[in-house]
Amino acid sequence: MSISTTHSHLKAVPENYKSPPGIDKLSAYINIENLSLSYGKQTVFEPLSLPIYQNHINALIGPSGCGKSSLLNTIVRLTDYQNNANVKGQIHVNSENVLDDSTDLISLRQNIGMIFQKPMPFPMSIRKNFELPLKEHGVKNKDELEYKIEAALKDVGLWDEVSNRLHQSATQLSGGQQQRLCIARILALQPKALLMDEPCSALDPIATKVIEELILNLKGKYTILIVTHNLSQAKRVADYVAFMWYHQGHGKLIEHNYADVIFNNPSNPITTAYVQGLTE
Amino acid sequence: MIRLPTNHSFPDRLLKLFSWFCGLLLLFFFIYLFLDIARQGLSQITFNFLTTDPMNAGRAGGIAPMLVSTLLLLTLCLLVSLPIGIASAIYLAEYTDETQWFARIIQTNLNVLASVPSIVMGLFGYAFFVVALGLGFSILAGALTLACMVLPLLIRNIEDSLRNIPDEYRINATALGLSRYRTIFQILLPMAARGILLAVILSIGRAMAETAALLYTSGYVSRMPESILDSGRSLSVHIFDLSMNVPGGEQNAYASAFTLIVLLLMINITTLSLSRKIQKGAFSEH
Repeated sequence: MSISTTHSHLKAVPENYKSPPGIDKLSAYINIENLSLSYGKQTVFEPLSLPIYQNHINALIGPSGCGKSSLLNTIVRLTDYQNNANVKGQIHVNSENVLDDSTDLISLRQNIGMIFQKPMPFPMSIRKNFELPLKEHGVKNKDELEYKIEAALKDVGLWDEVSNRLHQSATQLSGGQQQRLCIARILALQPKALLMDEPCSALDPIATKVIEELILNLKGKYTILIVTHNLSQAKRVADYVAFMWYHQGHGKLIEHNYADVIFNNPSNPITTAYVQGLTE
Repeated sequence: MIRLPTNHSFPDRLLKLFSWFCGLLLLFFFIYLFLDIARQGLSQITFNFLTTDPMNAGRAGGIAPMLVSTLLLLTLCLLVSLPIGIASAIYLAEYTDETQWFARIIQTNLNVLASVPSIVMGLFGYAFFVVALGLGFSILAGALTLACMVLPLLIRNIEDSLRNIPDEYRINATALGLSRYRTIFQILLPMAARGILLAVILSIGRAMAETAALLYTSGYVSRMPESILDSGRSLSVHIFDLSMNVPGGEQNAYASAFTLIVLLLMINITTLSLSRKIQKGAFSEH
């Protein structure tokens, strides 16, 4: 990419970026404040503040290595298990800071589900893939389990494809079906927010289209934060876009705004260059 | 796995020839050994041989007490070593990583333990289980000594099969809010089941072949053991005794060896087919 070598852009890196006041009036389900992450001395991303708007699709774009996926991991505290991960700042969900020691991680992860790049259903039956997390979160009744599994599979449009083979191994499904299964597995827990880490990058264009339509269907019911490298995908689905950039060895939030502002009239020249990379 | 392309260059042909030769050599040894033992032992094997007591120091009669002692030793050994082995492997694979000094010490210890000669293990078993714990020459003391011998083997193999499970499964389980307990017992251990069974097969082989360590611990009284606190002679000890100490015992030594091999094969085949079923079924319900 040519822009990374153009030094004039570096001057445009803002010291401490703040979202424009106009969009702050919306209610944010997840409110990230002065959050930074480092491993030992290696900073992953510098302090950033970012509201994730409730029941909208929030996209996170930027080059590889700028800390987008790490940001998602931090929100659901997956960084807890990484050696010498150092998280500073606050992440407010329902006015509670999820980074507090007192946070109940099991209910945090029931509340905010995470979808990964590569769909990884457990190598067991489709039904068991749902039963394990549902039982963990207190659903024991057999009828209730059946009802929730069916509802979740219908939500992702997978019910007709798998209803007669719930007892078969989930690994026999196609990649796109597996990803929808993983989304359904999260939806069955009735979360409020979904964090999606490049959910389509391992899928073919047809499966990608199905997942994109699914994401648009989920809009309004769930708060969605999606990381994507596919700018046209961000254009198609996102209401708000945050742009991160890799600067002096670590990630930094450059700009955050309505999707069409970011794509058509960004205020930062780095953003302009990055989103134009699409057509260049 | 893909098959590498072959051409007809000299090194390629040489390698092919050499690996075929080695494969055949291995097969030849096993077949020769099996046929030799079968030729000399098979004619002795009757229902009576398997179900009666030995007579005349084992030159005549059967091997019923040794079969019982062997199976008792094996069962007790696995009952003790398998839970400890699985728990230790879980600790090493899921609660520590190679960078922690404590885990490194344990792993070094295991490697050393795995290579301790069985005669030394036998002396330890004698000093600790037979004398210090006061178990006397008994099946229990022998089984506990065998357990110490197979534990390093079990732990390293089970640990490896747990570590071979991609981390993505752990991350997915964690992100779904699953507890560590549920993740380990309902996802990781079932996925490692095949590796655990293979570790068990290796351990069974090692335990059934063991002679030296048992001489000191379970003894070599050739009557039917009355309890696990009674002394008992394993098949391998019986074979050793017949061929070294009993002139004219060779025929029955061969017959006992044949029985031991068939027993081992039966256990291996059962375990392997079980593990294949587990892999194929992939935990689906039917």
